[in-house]
Amino acid sequence: MWAGCPLLVAHLPVYLSVLGIPLVTVTAANTLVVLDLILPNGGTPAGTSSPASSSSLLNRLQLDDDIDGETRDLFVIVDDPKKHVCTMETYITYRITTKSTRVEFDLPEYSVRRRYQDFDWLRSKLEESQPTHLIPVGKSHCLFVAHTMHQGAALLAAGAYEVGTGSSKPLPEKFVVKGVVDRFSEEFVETRRKALDKFLKRITDHPVLSFNEHFNVFLTAKDLNAYKKQGIALLTRMGESVKHVTGGYKLRTRPLEFAAIGDYLDTFALKLGTIDRIAQRIIKEEIEYLVELREYGPVYSTWSALEGELAEPLEGVSACIGNCSTALEELTDDMTEDFLPVLREYILYSDSMKPCILASLFHKALKLKNLSVLKKRDQVQAEYEAKLEAVALRKEDRPKVPADVEKCQDRMECFNADLKADMERWQNNKRQDFRQLLMGMADKNIQYYEKCLMAWESIIPLLQEKQEAKHLSLAEINRHDLEIMVTVERLVPFGILLILEDIVSAATNHVETKNSIDDSGIKYYS
Amino acid sequence: MYVFLFLKNNFSVVLFLFRSVEHTDGQSVLTDSLWRRYSEFELLRNYLLVYYPHIVVPPLPEKRAEFVWHKLSADNMDPDFVERRRIGLENFLLRIASHPILCRDKIFYLFLTQEGNWKETVNETGFQLKADSRLKALNATFRVKNPDKRFTDLKHYSDELQSVISHLLRVRARVADRLYGVYKVHGNYGRVFSEWSAIEKEMGDGLQSAGHHMDVYASSIDDILEDEEHYADQLKEYLFYAEALRAVCRKHELMQYDLEMAAQDLASKKQQCEELATGTVRTFSLKGMTTKLFGQETPEQREARIKVLEEQINEGEQQLKSKNLEGREFVKNAWADIERFKEQKNRDLKEALISYAVMQISIRLHLVWTNSYLCLSEL
Repeated sequence: MWAGCPLLVAHLPVYLSVLGIPLVTVTAANTLVVLDLILPNGGTPAGTSSPASSSSLLNRLQLDDDIDGETRDLFVIVDDPKKHVCTMETYITYRITTKSTRVEFDLPEYSVRRRYQDFDWLRSKLEESQPTHLIPVGKSHCLFVAHTMHQGAALLAAGAYEVGTGSSKPLPEKFVVKGVVDRFSEEFVETRRKALDKFLKRITDHPVLSFNEHFNVFLTAKDLNAYKKQGIALLTRMGESVKHVTGGYKLRTRPLEFAAIGDYLDTFALKLGTIDRIAQRIIKEEIEYLVELREYGPVYSTWSALEGELAEPLEGVSACIGNCSTALEELTDDMTEDFLPVLREYILYSDSMKPCILASLFHKALKLKNLSVLKKRDQVQAEYEAKLEAVALRKEDRPKVPADVEKCQDRMECFNADLKADMERWQNNKRQDFRQLLMGMADKNIQYYEKCLMAWESIIPLLQEKQEAKHLSLAEINRHDLEIMVTVERLVPFGILLILEDIVSAATNHVETKNSIDDSGIKYYS
Repeated sequence: MYVFLFLKNNFSVVLFLFRSVEHTDGQSVLTDSLWRRYSEFELLRNYLLVYYPHIVVPPLPEKRAEFVWHKLSADNMDPDFVERRRIGLENFLLRIASHPILCRDKIFYLFLTQEGNWKETVNETGFQLKADSRLKALNATFRVKNPDKRFTDLKHYSDELQSVISHLLRVRARVADRLYGVYKVHGNYGRVFSEWSAIEKEMGDGLQSAGHHMDVYASSIDDILEDEEHYADQLKEYLFYAEALRAVCRKHELMQYDLEMAAQDLASKKQQCEELATGTVRTFSLKGMTTKLFGQETPEQREARIKVLEEQINEGEQQLKSKNLEGREFVKNAWADIERFKEQKNRDLKEALISYAVMQISIRLHLVWTNSYLCLSEL
């Protein structure tokens, strides 16, 4: 899955020292082995001038985000929540089961118990040690943030999101007991378990984060608290000062790219929110439509009971409408249970990304030793930029770039590159996820309409029985045309696609084989 | 004979023009064309109802829009409504023209041909009086001793049919309303996908075309529901036909009642006569009482009375005979027309159901395509 490269080997020590990661890190050991650079398209890269970060290169080399089971060597599962009652407090632990063939793990399998605090600890450790990477955040993060910032109301709001899984019911009355979220209710625990499971899975999937030593300890250590205490003295200052930094420091030279990312995420979250509302509204309207349909069908049955010759056809229509109603019910259930929850999770996920980026940014700033250094850098940078401007006006040669500014610029470029790589990765994931989600929605709709289609088609012969063959009525002419259309339509479910010309050009990966055009000018592939 | 109707709007009055195009020697010749108001159609129908009580007379389309769902206005001047009414009136005339008995009616012929004074011509037949008495009779309550089971069943059927079709039309209107809502909300997807595509790079094109298809989907509902209105109109025609059917049954009841009353009257007169003749008083009568109190009448007086009664009895018997004949004729003709009507109804309603099913299928086809595009455009 990962191929090493000469460039990576050369720059790795420098980069790693900047990040503060000891050279013992797994990554270096693995990638030093393979020297040939293998790219997906089989070629070799031209020389890269800028210092490549480990993660961005690895990301580019990674063949596909869809890791199939065979190449995966680390599996983590969160399950089996249990309540613990102690003198001081009551809390819930979850069982973490890890299976791995990696050398970093002494045993092939581990089973440990962790509580929410531990997950939170893990997250902050990951942020500290690898601030250039986007740390995946599950729903639990929302709760944590809410808890530390605004209690009650935010908790409820977060809870409202959580109930989105499984049912379309509004606020969780079950969760709330006298205005406080019931942390021990089954639904809450289950929802949290899912979120934590997703959280760990995202780390597992990450090519760099999954090798983080804190993650390893989290998965394997019998006594996590002992390990936590070890590093506290060194890292407390770092961890706690995030909030102070967030409040106080203003990064004057914030890269434009991050502003763009921030804006994009804001708009993206907005659009997702709107789509969620629309989807809810559609489901509501469909349910009301269903209610009426359920009354409509049986009236034909009532009528059928009055009639002689018409009894069968009318009964047929009644049954047909009944089938359509059932199909519609299945559609609304699917949308409520599958589509909405996944959409909502994405909204939460993208919501949490923006603060994450800012946090990473400030962590990085902190890592650059201390504020005074950064201020100095800014000063030097400002001088440099002023000189550049002056030069531009006079059209002289550029002055030589001061060494320390250059160094800082290098670091910032590393940082930028990392974040950019992660964003691309996230974008790709997002694209796949939404492709799947929206195609799923379309597919469900298609299934619904196909069921209705079948229902109506099946009663046509029933209605046509004993029809006297007179002159071709208008209805019969239409029916004849439709038989042709029906035949064409039948092909769709069996893999033959109907595409309009403008979409064909957009779908660049498609290869046109044979195509023929029917009377109505629609191309279809055979 | 072919009849076509055209429309002309004149402020608040809607007039209908129609031409009879007669084919003579294979050439179509445009003959008469004249204007008729809706009220004149009503007059024609009322006339036919009076003079052909044994016929299930074709109904007129509704004067005001009933069973509407929210989109359609109940406004009589709404162009869609007016157009559908025009079709209904055309249907009405065609049904009369194709009826073996009604098509030969003179007044109907004049309706198509006589430009002015047609109304007066109708009124001259003196039908108005008969129309009034007919209405009164239809609304009267009376009990028939020996009802004809066939007609009773038929009346029952027509009541049930009216009830079930009304219910169907009401629910259908609600279904249409809801379906409209579902489609229109999908239109919002169009807007959002379009806005979203603006901030995306690779996903942009796919989202854009998906949004477009959502718009197409949302706007397709208007045509769909317009087509469904035609189906509703076909059902409405038979809703009103049920009323006409009921009227025939009621007429029969009336005749039956009339007959029974006449028979009863005759029977009592005969009895009176017999009593007078034989001198026995079996039934109480004022005459009997006064006779007892104030002395019997003279034989001459009695003779005179018997004579009167015998005359009345004769008359009565004649009347009863003709009423019986009338009754049998009515039953024969009515039943023939009812059979014709039943067949027509079965044929027409089957056609209506078929075209309804076909319409449902053609909707689904369109939608399946739309959703396919959504799928594919996400490549």
